[in-house]
Amino acid sequence: MSTSNSHLTIKELRAKAEQAKDKKAGLGPDINLLDYSDQVEDLPLIDLTSLSTDEQKRLLLAGVDPQERNRSGTFVQMDHSIVCRQVYQEGLEVLDTEEALKKYDWVREKYWWKAVPVDADKYTSQAERKWTKGYFLRALPGVKSIYPIQACLYLSQDGIAQNVHNIIIVEEGSELHIITGCAVGSHVKSALHVGISEFYVKKGAKLTFTMIHNWEEKIEVRPRSAAIVEEGGLFLSNYICVQPVKSLQMYPKVTLEGKNAVTRLNSILLATPNSLLDVGGRAVLKAPNSRAEVMSRAIAKGGKIWARGHLIGEAPQIKAHLECQGLILGETGIIHAIPELDGRHPDVDLSHEASVGKIDQEEIEYLMARGLSEEEAIASIVRGFLDVKIEGLPPELQVHLDKALVAGEKYML
Amino acid sequence: MLRIENLRVNIGEKEILHDINLEIEEGEIHVLFGPNGSGKTTLLMTIMGFPNYRVLEGKIFLKGEDITHLPPHERAKRGIGISFQRPPTIRGLKTRKMAELANLCSDETANIDEIASNLNLEGFLDRDINYGFSGGELKRTELLQLLAQNPDLVLLDEPESGVDLENIALIGEAINCLLEKDISCKERRLRPKKSSLIISHTGYILDYVNADKGYVMCEGSIGCSGQPHELLDTIRKLGYEECIACQLQIPI
Repeated sequence: MSTSNSHLTIKELRAKAEQAKDKKAGLGPDINLLDYSDQVEDLPLIDLTSLSTDEQKRLLLAGVDPQERNRSGTFVQMDHSIVCRQVYQEGLEVLDTEEALKKYDWVREKYWWKAVPVDADKYTSQAERKWTKGYFLRALPGVKSIYPIQACLYLSQDGIAQNVHNIIIVEEGSELHIITGCAVGSHVKSALHVGISEFYVKKGAKLTFTMIHNWEEKIEVRPRSAAIVEEGGLFLSNYICVQPVKSLQMYPKVTLEGKNAVTRLNSILLATPNSLLDVGGRAVLKAPNSRAEVMSRAIAKGGKIWARGHLIGEAPQIKAHLECQGLILGETGIIHAIPELDGRHPDVDLSHEASVGKIDQEEIEYLMARGLSEEEAIASIVRGFLDVKIEGLPPELQVHLDKALVAGEKYML
Repeated sequence: MLRIENLRVNIGEKEILHDINLEIEEGEIHVLFGPNGSGKTTLLMTIMGFPNYRVLEGKIFLKGEDITHLPPHERAKRGIGISFQRPPTIRGLKTRKMAELANLCSDETANIDEIASNLNLEGFLDRDINYGFSGGELKRTELLQLLAQNPDLVLLDEPESGVDLENIALIGEAINCLLEKDISCKERRLRPKKSSLIISHTGYILDYVNADKGYVMCEGSIGCSGQPHELLDTIRKLGYEECIACQLQIPI
């Protein structure tokens, strides 16, 4: 069992990390961490517009605009180096986590490994032992971000492990929108991305977090994320992975600690041949009247998806709903939906809805009767299946989300 | 417009339609009566070309072209449109999008908002197609799509079933609009006329639509044909049992 990290000295934290260095994760295929290198060339700060057209295109696909149009700030980390860090709105902070720990003592005391246990598995262990920066994004109390902050973690060198640790803090009464993407350079054959993300949404604050993952066929990905939401806070997370990936396993957890706290976790997943995705969403409703929605739309086209969801109701008058919908396109592909409801108080309202299947022939014929060929009909149905309009998401980000889905169509259809 | 010759159709291993012959001229509206399970819907689905309805023998011609082996979308593009009796729900696909897709078959750009407004469907355009719609709403949504598609031959499967009295006139008006019966004679003379084959179990639709010819279908065959109101009167008086009995003795 992993244990709480409160009041640990740096030395104690390291010792716990050390102990967990061979601890396999409960879910997902095991990765031999020694297959990936720590030796990475340092990269200088750059102007994003000086990147090659191909690299700029890859950033844009992951939602990161190299021109920084309509952005409050930008953070781009390539491999282990910060290549761009900008902030354009007062009251918002964009740092790398190394800087943040130096600048503020309280980051380590209050936030560092406080939502995610350092000894959860060998990946959290590696992120502490071989930590390679990550972003620190913060909205000061009462500050509302006009435009989203964009953040990108980019793998440019072949065979490396990127072990980032991100901290996001939305202080009391503030509002922050983040779009974050991960992408890889065209010549990267294999790499490992380990990403720790700890989110803290304070009283009455609102955070929307839209993450677009554009990996490649030989990349392994192990994000470890957790959020803590205080009274009246809102944490909205959208996760999109509709490009090939070798294996991805994550099960982010949101703890609603304050009353009336709300979270919505949406994920849109595609598994192409040889891709394995094991993705879940867990919400722990600890305070009265808190609300959670966990929704996933999964498409297996030759690959395998485990779509998990877990709602834990511990307080009165909480309401939470879980929805897993899976579509199997083509003859091969597996979707395994595992919705779990866990009521620990009599006055909870937990529900779930799960379905897995292929496209109904009747739906295809309905569209064909309106003049669409079979292929066009399937495309329209798939687009409809993935057309998730997300409440509370700024239109600008919805546009990026829609674009990411369109970019993924070539793998689905 | 439509000519059907000696058509025999199977669903699975079972022969459902036997030796159907039918001809609908340009501008004509024909009505197909018949008891439940007599093969009316099968005939419409076969004209539309759905693969589960396998043609064993016979031919279907649209405007002189043999379409017997064309897939449904090719038939839609050539001018056949159909309203489904029980249309499926497609989650995430909006009613507006569906109408826009149907409109791709037409040379004219449809004003979808206006059509929806005429059908009292304004609030439905941004909803998932057919999701949670009542019986009457489904029928009107089918007509919305057909009006956007603007076909030359309109196949309607029980357009009035499940529709409340208040909306039945609206459905009638929409059908007349679809068949361009609402425009002036002069205007109508300038363009190709629309034709239709309408299934009606009850015949109520005849109060709103001026049909030219009626058929009674029993057990997969067309038993008799004639003036639609006269046929309906007989059916109302004597019931379909009479048609079945009559047809078994003297098939026409």
